Amino acid sequence: MDQTSRRTKALIAAWTAFVVLAIYMPVACGALASLGKGRYFTFPMRAWSTDWWSRTLDSIEIGQLVSTSLLIAACVTVVAVVIGFCGALAFARYQWLGRRTFQKIVLLPIFFPQPVLGLALLLWFNAIGIPLSWQTAVVAHLVWIVPVVTLVIATQVYSFDPTLEEAALDLGASRWQVLREVTLPILWPGIWSGALFAFLLSWGNFPLSLYTTGADSTVPEWLYAKMIAGYTPMVPTLGTMSTIGAALALLLGWIALTVARHRQRAGG
Amino acid sequence: MSVDTAGPLAGPTVAPPPAATGERGLRLLSAGARCALPVGVLLLLGFIAPLVTVVAYAFAEPRSFTVFHTFTLANFATIFDPTNTVWMSFAWSLALAAFTVALLAVVVYPIAYGLARLFGRWAGLVSVLFVFPLFISENVRLYGWVLFFIKGGVLDGTLKTLFDAAGPDVLFTPGAILFGMVYVYLPFMLFPMTLGLSLVPRDLVEAARDLGASRLQIWREVELPLAMPGIMVGMLLTFVLAVGAVAEAKVLGGQSIIVITHDIEIAFTYAQNWPLGSALAVLLMLIIAAVTLLALSKLDLDRILGRR
Repeated sequence: MDQTSRRTKALIAAWTAFVVLAIYMPVACGALASLGKGRYFTFPMRAWSTDWWSRTLDSIEIGQLVSTSLLIAACVTVVAVVIGFCGALAFARYQWLGRRTFQKIVLLPIFFPQPVLGLALLLWFNAIGIPLSWQTAVVAHLVWIVPVVTLVIATQVYSFDPTLEEAALDLGASRWQVLREVTLPILWPGIWSGALFAFLLSWGNFPLSLYTTGADSTVPEWLYAKMIAGYTPMVPTLGTMSTIGAALALLLGWIALTVARHRQRAGG
Repeated sequence: MSVDTAGPLAGPTVAPPPAATGERGLRLLSAGARCALPVGVLLLLGFIAPLVTVVAYAFAEPRSFTVFHTFTLANFATIFDPTNTVWMSFAWSLALAAFTVALLAVVVYPIAYGLARLFGRWAGLVSVLFVFPLFISENVRLYGWVLFFIKGGVLDGTLKTLFDAAGPDVLFTPGAILFGMVYVYLPFMLFPMTLGLSLVPRDLVEAARDLGASRLQIWREVELPLAMPGIMVGMLLTFVLAVGAVAEAKVLGGQSIIVITHDIEIAFTYAQNWPLGSALAVLLMLIIAAVTLLALSKLDLDRILGRR
């Protein structure tokens, strides 16, 4: 273990801590700005207040944005997990002819700038005459999120022993039984992580939503519009709320995963 | 580059030998293709078809909104016209992306090394800390930096209070854009690089040391080549995403620089010239495709993602 000298280790740890702090610096700045009293942010803070928080919570417009964002994220999660689960099996479980090509094609949407993908989808929806709404945004999110979910689940599938499935088949289980009682329980942690990723990435996505939601608007879109023109302290407030929401979702997801794993270990 | 060494390690281990169980092998084959089908349909309708539409629009009559009716090279002629300054946007995007990749490689390498080797049971927590920002919309995070750097903001206010000196005027400069890009794309470099570094067998490093290699030699001749697939994926991913980045230039750059994606956006929105925007997008896509295909053709994904 002591390949690396103690001093190098300390330096690496210090550098990592510094970068983590830097990463959360703007989040902290946003939180600070949301707690100011005045209309414009100045530091050091002159007066604190939770005014903007209660105003943001009371706003009907923002309630609408949040429900649109949640609706999109929920649809994306359900569809992405189903498609991504199948995709992950094709990616990592089965040995088939087109696998290598499939693996590379799945990566392409991840290796593609989202603003350009959003515009391309806008053109496509226009060309085939589909009016833009939150539903088209779901499709747009899926194009990018399904490959991510596929990869997340695939990393779990790699550590999955396919002989378990074969043993169950040999013992007379039907394909459906094998899926429900062998495959899914083993891959469950990966599926759950994939669902978390899908939900949170959709919740925070901006570049794809911008061009594909039409008249509907999501939280990141509204924040962006207000940043460019018409700043109000509701911008950092809603931004901070959205961050806290994502953190809570992540925490709950992690707790659920830990509890389930614990139970599985105790039960089995 | 020693990516080729991946071959023998990543041999198929799942399928039974076809000679022994020929029928089952056939069934598995179709099962794999069946499972790939939903993803395939989605990407065909949601990725390939839109890109084909963009290409079709690029050859349509300028300022028209119909596609597949006309064929003209007028849009490309406009772009390559010597009086057109759109090449500056391409140059800015490519330069910013190249600098982003170079800076990130240096910034991230020690962290990736720490995650792969040193942090032990803390590695999970540290990874989560680096993943979480991906779930916050990038414009929210970039706006946080505006609040940090702006006059009367956190940096300026702190310096004034402590040293009675004004903060540096960095906002709305190319430097600020570069900073924003390094900031936003850090996780995309970190995780592939960590994967790459964790592929380096420790015994190999120790063997090299026992045989008298210096630390520099070990790094250059053992660690770096073996971690290269992961490092390459990270660099490729950050480059491709950074070439198409636009939020950084708009939020932190205050539009002091027009990057290529911004030009494309302007063509689609204010200028109402979809064919011109599509032609620009096609050129950008060609750059991305060339870089991606070049790099991906050298990679073995099974090895990187950890098939045993």
